[in-house]
Amino acid sequence: MTRFLLRRVIGLVLTLLAASLVVFLVLDILPGDPASLMLGTAARPDTLAALRHQMGFDQSAGLRYALWVAGLAHGDFGISYTYGVPVAGLIGARVMVSLPLALMAITLSTLIAIPVGAITAARRGQAVDAGLMGLAQLGVAVPNFWLGLLFILFFSVQLAWLPAGGFAGWDKGAIAALRSLLLPALALALPQAAILARVTRSAVLETLDQDYVRTALAKGVTGAGVLWRHALPNAFIPVVTVLGLQFGFLLAGTVIIENVFSLPGLGRLIFQAVAQRDLIVVQDLVVLLAGSVIVVNFLVDLAYFWLDPRLSRDAAR
Amino acid sequence: MKQGRLNLVLGGAITALLVGMALASLVWTPYPPTHIDIVHRLAAPSAAHWLGTDPFGRDVLSMIMAGARSSLSVALIAVAVGAGIGIPLGALAAAGGEWVDQAVMRASDLAFAFPALLTAVMIAALAGPGEANAMLAIGIFNIPVFARVTRGAALSVRERDYITAARAVGRSETAVMLRHVLPNISAMLLVQVTIQFALAIVADAGLAYVGLGTQPPDPSWGRMLNDAQTFVFHAPLLAVFPGLAITLAVLGLNLLGDGLRDRLDPRGR
Repeated sequence: MTRFLLRRVIGLVLTLLAASLVVFLVLDILPGDPASLMLGTAARPDTLAALRHQMGFDQSAGLRYALWVAGLAHGDFGISYTYGVPVAGLIGARVMVSLPLALMAITLSTLIAIPVGAITAARRGQAVDAGLMGLAQLGVAVPNFWLGLLFILFFSVQLAWLPAGGFAGWDKGAIAALRSLLLPALALALPQAAILARVTRSAVLETLDQDYVRTALAKGVTGAGVLWRHALPNAFIPVVTVLGLQFGFLLAGTVIIENVFSLPGLGRLIFQAVAQRDLIVVQDLVVLLAGSVIVVNFLVDLAYFWLDPRLSRDAAR
Repeated sequence: MKQGRLNLVLGGAITALLVGMALASLVWTPYPPTHIDIVHRLAAPSAAHWLGTDPFGRDVLSMIMAGARSSLSVALIAVAVGAGIGIPLGALAAAGGEWVDQAVMRASDLAFAFPALLTAVMIAALAGPGEANAMLAIGIFNIPVFARVTRGAALSVRERDYITAARAVGRSETAVMLRHVLPNISAMLLVQVTIQFALAIVADAGLAYVGLGTQPPDPSWGRMLNDAQTFVFHAPLLAVFPGLAITLAVLGLNLLGDGLRDRLDPRGR
């Protein structure tokens, strides 16, 4: 098991390095001269030379890559060209919006999807099943950023219950901050929940067919007991798999929905950086987001062993 | 089985409507989709403008029709790129032995870490935003998807008796793959095409919404939603129609995919 874990961790580190190399190749090597890309064609030669020196573009590519990756590992993300401040600071402030938003969305979608999936599986073919699965079919098709816009239309414009966007800030208290994240989190969570509910339903249907479920029923465990104690926990593996596969989409959705709700998160930062050709910020953010997809999928791989102890027994062999 | 047939018919009808709308926009829209008519701006739906007009007086129905064309062409190219590169890669991984398989699979793990949005961000930082950006970014993301599906399906088909038989009569690996394996997994790949097509439409709208995809004045559903947001208090309907178009398109393609799966995969029955 330890050897297996070690191999996985080495694989994780290699994948992260490969991702950083891809990003570096695309944003640092491909432009030829990043300094002139940042400053535009009208820049004066001495300004270009100064920027090249300041950003380290006069060093060799290999050295630049090594310094960048070593910096990332230490939390030194370089200096933003536009703002003239450390990128780590820019990212740090915005992660405090994006991360809670993404976590809230995952939590909400799981809390909605698992009961819906379990109930529809238990009531297969009945009206509840048909109704909820029809709704899920529709939910899968709704783009999350449009749902966000509809929420603004309904809850902010029509009912005036919640703000149409903006972020209260954590210094105004957790309740106010979470309130401003509620609508965007819900807009992200519902389409996600639709996908998860469908996966949960088919996974539970499969486990309901298993011998141990029949045994439990024969022993006199009630239908509900079988569903929640036996069938559902055994259906978690496909659910977790899809959660991992969907994480990239969720991240992209978070970045887009921050723009819908004018939230000062990583999404705003990344589009500003693109518009201003602040390449080091783009480079850092892309590697950070891609890296988080890689880490989440690594954690999903580990979660299998916790969810299904038989797997760790096999891995130990 | 009845449900499967319903999915197929409904999904096919919605998809046909969408394609028809996109094709019709090539030769006819009620008004030119980029025609600005300030006098009639923000008009409510009426006989003259079925879905009303936007802040510049442009006809919303005409823009939706032209948007369908833009959306479908982005999705078509993106899926063609993904399938055109991903399917051969997946077949190679399935037939090419341990090392090739490992190399293709690790590369696709890596590619999965870059959602289309991140690729689009990188391309936009280099070359600026645009429709081609969206096609390329979504296309690149589709490559590992098709590679994985093809590999998985090909590996399971290769275990079947008729493949062993083909090999026993001396067919080469390439011939077995092209003449026996790929035709037998084509149904599954077709289903995947409909799924990826639907995802590409959503991704395209998202990219256009944040300004990385199709650029104004070319009409696109995502861009229309972005424009509508400024006027959400004055003309809420502007934020409804483009979103409905996206949802309907995705719903149609998903239903079509579900229907095809039921029809083509006997195990699902």
